[in-house]
Amino acid sequence: MKKKLHVHALYLRRTILLRLILVPPSSFRSTNSRAPSGTLTNPGSRLLEFKECELFTASLRSSDHAFTPQISRRLVLTMSQVDKLKQGQFTNPETPGYVGFANLPNQVHRKSVKKGFEFTLMVVGESGLGKSTLINSLFLTDLYPERIIPGAAEKIERTVQIEASTVEIEERGVKLRLTVVDTPGYGDAINSQDCFSTIISYIDDQFERYLHDESGLNRRHIVDNRVHCCFYFISPLGHGLKPLDVQFMKAIHNKVNVVPVIAKADTLTLRERERLKRRILDEIDEHGIKIYHLPDAESDEDEDFKEQTRILKASIPFAVVGSNQQIEAKGKKVRGRLYPWGVVEVENPEHNDFLKLRTMLITHMQDLQEVTQDLHYENFRSERLKRGGRKGPEPSEEMDKDIILQEKEAELRRMQEMIAKMQAQMQKQGDGDGDGLHA
Amino acid sequence: MRRQKYMTDAVPPEVRPKPAVPAKPPHVAPPPIPSHPAPTLSGASVRGSGGSTLLGYIGIDTIIEQMRKKTMKTGFDFNIMVVGQSGLGKSTLVNTLFKSQVSRKNSDWGREEKIPKTVEIKSVSHVIEEGGVKMKLTITDTPGFGDQINNDNCWEPISKFVNEQYEKYLKEEVNIARKKRIPDTRVHCCLYFIAPTGHSLRPLDIEFMKHLSRSVNLIPVIAKSDTLTPEEKSEFKQRVRKELEVCGIEVYPQKEFDDDIEDKSDNDKIREVMPFAVVGSDKEYQVNSKRVLGRKTAWGIVEVENLNHCEFSLLRDFIIRSHLQDLKEVTHNIHYETYRAKRLNDNGGLHPISTAADTQESNL
Repeated sequence: MKKKLHVHALYLRRTILLRLILVPPSSFRSTNSRAPSGTLTNPGSRLLEFKECELFTASLRSSDHAFTPQISRRLVLTMSQVDKLKQGQFTNPETPGYVGFANLPNQVHRKSVKKGFEFTLMVVGESGLGKSTLINSLFLTDLYPERIIPGAAEKIERTVQIEASTVEIEERGVKLRLTVVDTPGYGDAINSQDCFSTIISYIDDQFERYLHDESGLNRRHIVDNRVHCCFYFISPLGHGLKPLDVQFMKAIHNKVNVVPVIAKADTLTLRERERLKRRILDEIDEHGIKIYHLPDAESDEDEDFKEQTRILKASIPFAVVGSNQQIEAKGKKVRGRLYPWGVVEVENPEHNDFLKLRTMLITHMQDLQEVTQDLHYENFRSERLKRGGRKGPEPSEEMDKDIILQEKEAELRRMQEMIAKMQAQMQKQGDGDGDGLHA
Repeated sequence: MRRQKYMTDAVPPEVRPKPAVPAKPPHVAPPPIPSHPAPTLSGASVRGSGGSTLLGYIGIDTIIEQMRKKTMKTGFDFNIMVVGQSGLGKSTLVNTLFKSQVSRKNSDWGREEKIPKTVEIKSVSHVIEEGGVKMKLTITDTPGFGDQINNDNCWEPISKFVNEQYEKYLKEEVNIARKKRIPDTRVHCCLYFIAPTGHSLRPLDIEFMKHLSRSVNLIPVIAKSDTLTPEEKSEFKQRVRKELEVCGIEVYPQKEFDDDIEDKSDNDKIREVMPFAVVGSDKEYQVNSKRVLGRKTAWGIVEVENLNHCEFSLLRDFIIRSHLQDLKEVTHNIHYETYRAKRLNDNGGLHPISTAADTQESNL
């Protein structure tokens, strides 16, 4: 408990401090081109701006651990200057008193763009709910090119498997390494009692691996394969959550951010959809399932963004339809599904919540990673370390580190001895040969 | 073949009370005998298919009229069972089939039903009348089927129920002093609802159908088929048909019970379209100045009785308008007889009222 609070406080502090650096773009917009940071005044979409801001937080935290404390110290000293900056008094570089650290976000931005981002998304749901189609529609790619759908007879023998596919997407110079973890076989068997133990052990494995890397000596290239978000697909055919849904979500809500999604929403009329959403939310409350909650918009954000967040929050769980087929409707080409009675457009907000889901995923990709790091991972870590001493086969991290240190020291000593020996040898030879070797 | 069956049935006294037989379409009547009642006394000799030559009109075919009158008086009963996971629209479909609120849940969507922990069997009976013909319709619902996490053997309560109905009928039939008309609670038709995943059947579907296709007339339907586009629908159906074939599951109409060529061709046509992809609805909307049953969505109205949209009309015509009687007959002559033979063989003879019969509810 204490640990969690501590972490949360740290998180808050960092965010507040960084918010002060990242002067709200509105004040920058009012300036002309001579403003210090070129990219932030780009009158591009609001979405992109916010995304970039969020990305700064990520890079500041994850890489260069040494970087952050410097900023906080410096900020504490120059709080008054930041205040004045907020009031727009130092927007002109030539103004006396302008220090220039407002350029910081730019540097961070450049570094993080070079480094690229990673995101791991897990999709869980019964087969036939359109998970693969939705992923392909969301990221406009084809993650499952040669897919064989097994028949029922084969499904009887299968257990749940984990399949991870990685794809590198690049947009406007920003690289994203997206890993989608699929779970075929979930909920297929007649007896689904065990179908989520495989999934939970996978999630735990990724945490374990990250913990191990983080506690290791060389932390330069830690690969973050932890599951940042889990889309749980709910069938639109039922009257709410099934017992399997409830059990699964309760088992993983403390390990990963759960986003419930109503699949194949074109089965439902508008009224049925509203009813189902309400029903699902009621059941989630009833069973105490902690789904991922979008963070509230800060009070200093502009109205559009606040409104957008409000709409997103009100639409959970999202009722989506996925499709990558181009259909001709009303004279224009749209992605959708063609029925004899009409065309369901994937990107039409009146037909389904696909756009909302995509917006949420993209604007909150950063937040999802943060919550995974600050909440779920820290929980796992504290549990793990507490257990570490009691667990037989796996030694705790401290013991591991000590052992490694000792080994390294032994190696160092050996190497020093060897060097000493070589030096002695060279000296002997050097007396004979003269100088030519650097001693 | 069929004519002979009827001729023997029509001859009184009837040893075994059969389910009342409504009139069969005229093609059953043997071709040579003229269907009009006016006698042809001009000496035209007509050849009956039995081989004997009839020298004039006798009036044997009026038996059909007599049977029809009798049926209208006694009415008949039909028992249908619906099986499938919760939320597949079973109750709505039954209401749509019989155009009245006959199913167990006859309030509309706003019901707050909890999923029962085990499979329950709930029957509801209604008497509906049309054109002077009374029908006692019994609908058996199976809430809880396939909804648990562990669905092992969830078909057993259903199998047991079906066999219990056969047992009841058998006991009554074997009685020394038995009723004139044995109440028929046997399940004549079982509609199995397949979820429209678009991929294939689920293991649960296969297991259920394997266990029950031998003891009851099983008709699979694809529920809520407005999820599927026409291409997806036909692909899905093909896959389902292939899987049923591979697993050796015989759904109604079974190929082995086709009597003659005409039957076979009729049934083959049906078999090509099965499983029927249906949509149920009890709400009416205005489409092209007509009131139709349908579902209204933001992108169009799905019409239940439009053949381009779904195959509900085909299902309704199949079950009610053309094969209702056949369903009952196959249940009585084949499934029930199979059960009876097995029971009598097990018991080693006929016991009018035997308590052993109750305990012999073996896995049939």
